[in-house]
Amino acid sequence: MNIIGLYNYWIVVVLMLIGFFIVIAHENLIKKLVGLSIFQTSVFFLYISMGKVAGATAPILDENYQLYSNPLPHVLILTAIVVGIATTAMGLALVVRIYEAYGSIEESDIQVQDNNDRLEDYLEAYGHKNDTHLFNQDKDE
Amino acid sequence: MWLAPETLLILTILVPLFAVPGIIAANRFPNRREGVTITASIILIYLVTTLYGLVQNGTSIAIKGPALFPGLHLSFEIEPLGMLFSLVAGFLWLVTTVYAIGYMRGHHEKNQTRFYSCFAIAISSVMGISYAGNLLTLFIFYEVLTLSTYPLVTHSGTPKAKEGGRVYLGVLLSTSVLFLLLAIVATWYTAGTVEFQKGGVFPPETAPIITGTLLVLYIFGIGKAAIMPFHRWLPAAMVAPTPVSALLHAVAVVKAGVFSVLKVCVYIFGLDLLRTLPSADFMLYLAAATVLLASIVAMRQDNLKARLAYSTVSQLGYITIGALLATNAGIVGGAMHIAMHAFGKITLFFCAGAIMVAAHKTEISDMRGLGKSMPITMIAFFIGSLSIIGLPPTGGTWGKWFIMTGAFDAGKWTIMIVLMLSSLLNIAYLLPIPLRAFFSKQAYGKPVQIKEAPLPSLLALSFTALGCIFLFFYTQPLYELASAILQ
Amino acid sequence: MTAHFPILQVIIPLLAAPLCLFIRIPRIVGIFAILVSATAFLISCGLLQEVITGGTLSYQLGGWAAPWGIEYRIDKLNGYLLLLVSGVSTIVLVAAQTSISKELPENRHTFFYTAYLLCLTGLLGILATADAFNLFVFLEISALSSYTLIAIGTDRRALTASYQYLVMGTIGATFIIIGVGLMYMMTGTLNMYDLAERLPAVYESKTVLSAFGFFIVGVCLKLALFPLHLWLPNAYAYAPSITTAFLAATSTKVAVYVLIRYIFSIFGIEFVDMSLPLGDIFLFLGLTGIFVASVAAIYQLNIKRLFAYSSVAQIGYIILGLAIETELGLTATLLHLFNHALMKAAIFLAIGAVVYRIGSAQLSHYAGLGKKMPWTMAAIVAGGLSLIGVPLTVGFVSKWYLVVALLDKGWWPVAVLVLISSLIAVIYVWRVVEWIYLTPPRIITDEIKEAPMSQLIPIWILVLANIYFGVDTRLTVGVSKLAAQSLFGVN
Repeated sequence: MNIIGLYNYWIVVVLMLIGFFIVIAHENLIKKLVGLSIFQTSVFFLYISMGKVAGATAPILDENYQLYSNPLPHVLILTAIVVGIATTAMGLALVVRIYEAYGSIEESDIQVQDNNDRLEDYLEAYGHKNDTHLFNQDKDE
Repeated sequence: MWLAPETLLILTILVPLFAVPGIIAANRFPNRREGVTITASIILIYLVTTLYGLVQNGTSIAIKGPALFPGLHLSFEIEPLGMLFSLVAGFLWLVTTVYAIGYMRGHHEKNQTRFYSCFAIAISSVMGISYAGNLLTLFIFYEVLTLSTYPLVTHSGTPKAKEGGRVYLGVLLSTSVLFLLLAIVATWYTAGTVEFQKGGVFPPETAPIITGTLLVLYIFGIGKAAIMPFHRWLPAAMVAPTPVSALLHAVAVVKAGVFSVLKVCVYIFGLDLLRTLPSADFMLYLAAATVLLASIVAMRQDNLKARLAYSTVSQLGYITIGALLATNAGIVGGAMHIAMHAFGKITLFFCAGAIMVAAHKTEISDMRGLGKSMPITMIAFFIGSLSIIGLPPTGGTWGKWFIMTGAFDAGKWTIMIVLMLSSLLNIAYLLPIPLRAFFSKQAYGKPVQIKEAPLPSLLALSFTALGCIFLFFYTQPLYELASAILQ
Repeated sequence: MTAHFPILQVIIPLLAAPLCLFIRIPRIVGIFAILVSATAFLISCGLLQEVITGGTLSYQLGGWAAPWGIEYRIDKLNGYLLLLVSGVSTIVLVAAQTSISKELPENRHTFFYTAYLLCLTGLLGILATADAFNLFVFLEISALSSYTLIAIGTDRRALTASYQYLVMGTIGATFIIIGVGLMYMMTGTLNMYDLAERLPAVYESKTVLSAFGFFIVGVCLKLALFPLHLWLPNAYAYAPSITTAFLAATSTKVAVYVLIRYIFSIFGIEFVDMSLPLGDIFLFLGLTGIFVASVAAIYQLNIKRLFAYSSVAQIGYIILGLAIETELGLTATLLHLFNHALMKAAIFLAIGAVVYRIGSAQLSHYAGLGKKMPWTMAAIVAGGLSLIGVPLTVGFVSKWYLVVALLDKGWWPVAVLVLISSLIAVIYVWRVVEWIYLTPPRIITDEIKEAPMSQLIPIWILVLANIYFGVDTRLTVGVSKLAAQSLFGVN
């Protein structure tokens, strides 16, 4: 077992890191979801390659074959794929609604709008509603 | 007797509580509302005196309630110290209610229903404290007392009241949660029990460093005993209406503090152990310092209630000293001082409130010459002052006498000197007030028409003032009760 | 019939969820949901009863024997939590009937109940199952439905909060599934108890260690352990109040259960000890979490956000109990799981009642409400007192056990810190109290009335439970103790 021989795991690790990086680094909410999907996909590979037995065939009973790959991880990962699709669909649905509500899917834009909301709350609580100077100043930040 | 003693005990706690729905229901009818309170307080007095009679006859009354934790029950037991405390608090509740009717109406206070309800809850928790059979029960009612008096402190709802309430709650809750709870849990963990037992609970092999630390935790943790530096809450609580300051912050709450100190010293540590602890000495001197410093601060206060508050801080120090001296006379003195100081200080507060209602004066410098228009109030104030100072013919003499004897027995000369000095300071900050009221000219300007306070208030303060004198001559029952603690 | 209780518990809400979509009429769906949840509650009562008297129950799904088929296994630990989750869920649903009518558009009510029942299914499933992969599936069911529950409201900030939660939650879940996969690689089994038997043979391997690492991080994301809590405050603050009450009381608790189950029943405490300084890590993170989140709570303007931060802090206490790694510590953790659920459910439902009346969770809008809504406000205060740990409330019981456990371990400085932290709770709770009772109202409050009975009753059931279990601790302490003993006994 050398390093090259474990190439399937390397693929898993690389995909995982790429996905994770996209989730963290990108501002665009859809791109984040793409990253998340890649991240999840890496795990699918992990499971699939784990079930593979060297020199074995698909687990369909046949007299000519003695060695079968382990079907269980594959079955498991079917479930995980379904979950992944559901998650992505859910996430995309949220992005659509976020776009409707904020008019943007850039994280920074949304954050600015949220901060303004919070600032308004603050002003309301401590009663400087008319103090527009303060309001504008903080808005620029 | 048609009720079992145990039922009586539970009723003393429940009767004030049961009054609460009645008070709330009678929200719109002040007369009926105050009627409920008075009825409840009369029943309470009846219950407490009946219990006293039973205890005198040697009946032992104890109840084991539901277990909060395995092996740790809510439990109640009547012992002489608790009996004494509950007698004092029970009697003075009635007197204070009568006073409060005059005061609250004369002062046109808002939210009187809330006032009377919280008051009743506070009294109920005081009863719980005085009959608590173990530290856990005591702690529970101690916290209920803190929380139920918070709305009373912030009664007026002004920013100043809010500020006072913060200090009040902050100090009392933080000391109790941080030190007292920790001490109780640690006691439970080391001694395996938190029941009050004669001679203490700690097994002899407990390391002195543990018991010593625990003592410090207890004394600081019982913030209601107002040992410096945890005394700030008491002056802060003076934003409350005067009946609250009178009953709760001169009697119930603060006495609950020193009462707990006495209980912990006698029944958790035991006098023998206490005597050997080096930290007891340290705390003793801290209490002595509290006595002196608070007296000095009191002299500098021009606001009458603030002065009385600091005076209370100082007097509480006496009781803590009595407890920490760990001599028989000290304990007896401490216990008696609980009662004596209660009567004296409540009289003074009643007078302060009466002056506020009738003459609208809160500052001492404005009170010159007031004796002519408010003679009864000022005479009562004079008697109350004598009792606080400890001069015959008032009850305060005895408490101080025994604490002094206790200090003598323990051979603590410094403490004796401190006690004497403090008495002198008491004279200096209390007596001038009534004397100037009688023998000085009015402060400035033309005389304003000032009458005595409303009748209920006047009755109440005369009653407690007479009580101070009465207690000088009929001390025997109190003394017997106090010395029964040690048997 | 009773033999099938373990699966009925899960399958009834699962089947009921799509049925809601067929019924469609919101009022009926609401009542239907209550009935379903109540049924689950009754079943869990029966289960707990049976577990306490008869010992652990095992149920083979489809009749397939354990290591191959999926097993549901009910012991004292999850029996106790099943009771908690289904009980709280039922009470919350009762309040939901009126509450969501103000917070959600009419056409979303049916979806709300559907998602709610799915979420309940997920949580109950996580608790009941003894199969590591099945657990992941239920985790995702509950997670996906809770994203929906959060985003279903009208506040647009709920959308971003839900999105954030989705990203973090998915990463957490993926980490968990990686952990499961790595364990399967080493042992060839997914059944928890089978795993527990086979793992010791491969304790030394790096794969098991990394499985454990992935697993812990994933679960800690789910349970919002500081510093992985970032998704929680916004999600709780902007979700509809009912969602907040339900999730705050149950979902993090269930995540903690997963953690406990994996540490004690699967990996075993010895493995944990020799592989990672988990106790120290939890101690550090728990304590910092308590302090940072409590202090953050003080500065919140939104009352839901305030109590959300308080939830993060309370999770710190729960984790601290685990960090002690003794039976007493575990008892404290389990107790606090239950008790905190009661407190937070009461508080968030009461806040929901206020939102129902005034349409806002801004603390400044609470000024002067003490007079207008005395019962609701009293409930918030009672819950707050319980958070502080005032005697006669459940909070006191948890704190007592935690401090005893800490002293028992000899960690008295930590005990002091725990007590100090409860003083910070005093500060944030008292900020609320001052707004409610001592601040003159800013908005015209004439038409504000007390909350409707349909909300007051569930709120006060929870408040009274807070007090009842603060005095009579036989059930909570008894079961926590038994569960803790059995978890330590297994290994």
